[in-house]
Amino acid sequence: MLPTDGLLQLTPEGLYCKAAGAWIADHARPGCGEYWATAASEGILRQRLGAGINLIPVDYGALHRIDDARVSFHSAGHVLGSAQIRLESAGESWLVSGDYKRDSDPSCAPFEPVTADVFITEATFGLPIYRWRPGAEVAREIVQWWQGAPERASILFCYAFGKAQRILAELAAQGVGDTILLHGAVETLMPPYREAGVALPSTLPLSALERSAELAGRLVIAPPSAHRSTWMKRFKEPQTAFVSGWMAVRGARRRRGYERGFVLSDHADWNGLLASVRGSAARQVYVTHGSSDVLARYLCDVEGIIAEPLSGGFAAQRSDSGAMTDEDGSDAI
Amino acid sequence: MQAFAELIATLEHSRGTRARVQALVDYFAQTPSAEAAWALQVLLGGARRRLITGRRLRQICLEATTLPEWLFDDCYAHVGDSAETIALLWHHDGAGAAPQPLQVWMETLLPAAAALEPGPQAEAIRRLWAGLTPQQLWVANKLLTGGLRIGVAKGLVVKALAQLSGLEEALIQHRLMGGFAASAAAFDALLAATAGDDSSAVPSRPYPFFLASPLPEALPGTAADWQVEWKWDGIRGQLIRRCGQSFLWSRGEELLHGAFPELIAAAGALPDGTVLDGEVIVWAAEAERPASFHALQGRLGRNRPSARLMRDCPAAFVAYDLLEQGGDDWRPRPLHQRRSALESLIEGLPNTPETSLAGCLRLSERLALDHWEQLEPLRQQARLAGAEGLMLKALDSPYLTGRKRGYWWKHKLDPYRLDAVLLYAQAGSGRRANLFTDYTFGLWDGGGSLVSFAKAYSGLDDAEITALDRWIRGHTVERFGPVRAVEPLQVFELAFEGIQRSKRHKSGIAVRFPRISRWRRDKPAREADTLATALALLGEEEP
Repeated sequence: MLPTDGLLQLTPEGLYCKAAGAWIADHARPGCGEYWATAASEGILRQRLGAGINLIPVDYGALHRIDDARVSFHSAGHVLGSAQIRLESAGESWLVSGDYKRDSDPSCAPFEPVTADVFITEATFGLPIYRWRPGAEVAREIVQWWQGAPERASILFCYAFGKAQRILAELAAQGVGDTILLHGAVETLMPPYREAGVALPSTLPLSALERSAELAGRLVIAPPSAHRSTWMKRFKEPQTAFVSGWMAVRGARRRRGYERGFVLSDHADWNGLLASVRGSAARQVYVTHGSSDVLARYLCDVEGIIAEPLSGGFAAQRSDSGAMTDEDGSDAI
Repeated sequence: MQAFAELIATLEHSRGTRARVQALVDYFAQTPSAEAAWALQVLLGGARRRLITGRRLRQICLEATTLPEWLFDDCYAHVGDSAETIALLWHHDGAGAAPQPLQVWMETLLPAAAALEPGPQAEAIRRLWAGLTPQQLWVANKLLTGGLRIGVAKGLVVKALAQLSGLEEALIQHRLMGGFAASAAAFDALLAATAGDDSSAVPSRPYPFFLASPLPEALPGTAADWQVEWKWDGIRGQLIRRCGQSFLWSRGEELLHGAFPELIAAAGALPDGTVLDGEVIVWAAEAERPASFHALQGRLGRNRPSARLMRDCPAAFVAYDLLEQGGDDWRPRPLHQRRSALESLIEGLPNTPETSLAGCLRLSERLALDHWEQLEPLRQQARLAGAEGLMLKALDSPYLTGRKRGYWWKHKLDPYRLDAVLLYAQAGSGRRANLFTDYTFGLWDGGGSLVSFAKAYSGLDDAEITALDRWIRGHTVERFGPVRAVEPLQVFELAFEGIQRSKRHKSGIAVRFPRISRWRRDKPAREADTLATALALLGEEEP
């Protein structure tokens, strides 16, 4: 548990900073009076929480004073606008990672290493079996998979926010010139990415096509919720794949019932988690989400870093079954 | 090896028969015979010898990494398979020995590494791992532990080989019977166009079994067009007498010689060039009905049974069909011809109590059925006869290969059903790792306690498994290692084929083929069945 006299407290609503009089949320959460968030995430947050929310956009790296705390946002490399948040007050600094990854991603700013006295890190993929390959390599496999089946439609399932746009940006980097078809849930999240100037291939909502349109040889991106739904009826014999870090494990691949699994995650892998903890130079680490107990134990036993899993309200906001954790994650204060 | 690992990945990715057969055809077409032969043997499940244990591989992996043991175990719990856990944990540096074809791995590299002393063995295994991708490393480990299950039905492999060679599937099927021992010559012979006399080429080679399908609503024709027999609950087998030698094969293509010496001896009375299809079962010469499957289980897998066991549980071969006579393949002939030849053959044997044959070779009784109305009453007598139902075979049917609908039907008795309460759950492995899928169920005893009585692993669909898994995690009352005791609240209807007294089970009974038939969310636990109800079923089994 967090120390009672620390800069951050665990409350039912989330991590609370008394000095700043503010909560740190790891996802867009409705119902707050005032939001502080990165400028890059503003569009998405307004879409999710309502256009009329009171939002103060901030730039990465800029130092702000909120009441008695100094607060800065640093790129988390997770999705467009995602941030780690650093707080400092009374000579003590805390860093809350939120969801993050350290791999290169053409759809968002890269992860920025930050130091602090206390570090709260996620550990969605906190097992050493999870080690990612570069996104460009996975994108090449996806292109091969799709273009190797010109007689069928190829449906790529992935989380609609972040992952879908990352894949699109990777495809653009591979020189893909075809128009990619999008499920409505993915389409909705495209404008903020286009406005941010991310290089993307041309896309078209599937709904814009005639119902009789030939779909063989087309690549379609859809959220996992569309798998086996009535939405899939218009495809004759599509080939399907799921893009997620969980696809590294054969049992998970087979359980999901997709033909193919591509291993690509918007979270840090094992080595990424360790590098961040070491890089933070924190004297105390708290670990949330996923395999938090495993990573915390490893940090203590092997790395000699004081660490413990952080349970309770903050961690329980998400299921740790893996099914849901791979999705969105813009940070707001 | 690299090409074979690639084939396995392609098979894992492909859906549908066509895509998978195509992947196999492509692979076999461009692979030299010596390598293709081993691929075939592995695909058919014939390379399952464990050269090294998963535990030893784990040790070899751990010695060379900085990972603590508990972390490996946490990973294993997540993955559900040591071979794959190592494949994911091992550092793939890309620098390894030159790629070697599969036959070099199977014939030399893997057995040689397995035979070494612990120290050199660890180094040899790590040298093999060097330079492999996770997929290749997984395949190598699976070949070492003998646990590679690719999930490609034999039928698909046969289809691909038939497509490649232009031969009939049934011929490939027949040539593969009795097992395939990998070698370039064996692979070439398998696909050779020359007809040759296939059965006499290898005296021990059985024919592919013809299998029945569950009876549909109604059968064509009159009852007189069908041969009706009891469906015995034993082991389907083939008894072969060729070149002065006798062979007994199970349907799973295992030789049963060691377990049933009396049947091998009895086969000596058959004329040369004879093959019988039938059922291996425990049945005393003077008994009216066979013993239960439970008794047969006591004989199975026990090589060289004691004289006492053979006296207490004497085996019999109940002949259903005649596949070869005088060295000729009789399978294309209609059943009525095969049947009358079979009757003459068995009845002509010196099958008297004085000879050693004494009831060992029996003829499957042909049951009278004059019109369809008699079918159901006849089926109801099956339990009394010690059978598990009826078989119906079209009198004009040839003896085909595999499960071809239309000629042979099985009409089993309805299973017994009891409502039982979920008591314990354990996580599965492989696809079911991380999910509680192995369940233990209990019935009420007279004193108001639940006594565990059966385990079941199948019968729920994926959505139900997920829902039950969540429920189990939320209602665990105690943990015993991997086993969780749960609150006794959930009721399931279990179906099973037979029930026996058993000293090994706490409840005093053992059931055959238990599976979940329904999740009774509507039923409170106190309304589940009692042990007394189960014991009453025993009465039906023991007249």
